[in-house]
Amino acid sequence: MSWIKRHWWAVGLFAALAVAFLSPLASPHPDGLERVAEDKGFIQRAREAPFAILPDYVLPGVQNEGVATILAGIVGTLVVFGLVYGLAWALRRRSAHAAR
Amino acid sequence: MHIPDGFLNTATAVGAWAVSAGGVTYAVRRVSKELQERQVPLIGVTAAFIFAAQMINFPVAGGTSGHLLGGALAAILLGPWAGMLVLTSVLTVQALLFQDGGLLALGANILNMAVIGVLVGWVVYRGLGRLLHKGRSETAISSFAAAWASVVVAALAAAIELTISGVLSANVALTAMGSVHALIGLGEGLITAAVLSFLGATRPDLLKLGRAAPEGAR
Repeated sequence: MSWIKRHWWAVGLFAALAVAFLSPLASPHPDGLERVAEDKGFIQRAREAPFAILPDYVLPGVQNEGVATILAGIVGTLVVFGLVYGLAWALRRRSAHAAR
Repeated sequence: MHIPDGFLNTATAVGAWAVSAGGVTYAVRRVSKELQERQVPLIGVTAAFIFAAQMINFPVAGGTSGHLLGGALAAILLGPWAGMLVLTSVLTVQALLFQDGGLLALGANILNMAVIGVLVGWVVYRGLGRLLHKGRSETAISSFAAAWASVVVAALAAAIELTISGVLSANVALTAMGSVHALIGLGEGLITAAVLSFLGATRPDLLKLGRAAPEGAR
């Protein structure tokens, strides 16, 4: 079995990171709910979060906005991968150890 | 369609938290009974891909954009219970780390996109799978329809929450949210069908891996 076939999950993670690299190309237009909120006049009800870590998918302190967006995307992709991998690992069926 | 804090009243947001907590608790129980160790990497990769893809807003008509939600994709790849946990995790990271979607509203966002979106995607995909012949184009059609329906029904759920919160009348909320997301859902359908067709052509074993039942279960 080739390396790529055995390590398909690394290829998949790499593909997800490649998608994050496309994030500066995303449309800046409001999304469906924001559009409805603007059209129907309730957008001003939205409250800012009481704290900000990576608001608007931009890594703070990076001058170039495209680079800041890509970096925020990479951070988020890796955090989600690690979190869900860990969660799934903790929840997996331990059939190998036989039912107790 | 990540709802920010302020759109929903407290009673609606708390109620949505209660319902989604029940759904996610049930999903955790099912996953801990059924998940096999060899499925763990696929779940992590699916979550990473959905997070990254959610950053790519695509334009739809009228100066509006949409992005993949991934509920149907996760349900088709992993089954509804693991899919629900994947979407819940993505939404939680988005709210905590990126301030995308409110904290009080996170329960409603989980309810709409992780619980309802995933279940609708799953039910439509399975239902069409029973009606249609088994083949590549049939799978593409089923996944497109499942993805479209998951986005539209999730948007209608958000519209109902806005109505209960007294923001809009039911008529206005359902029409406005339904019509714009009927367009966004087309993008969701195209991306979902394309990803699944690509996997089906290159690694059909991964499509089977996520849905494989553990020995002795079911």
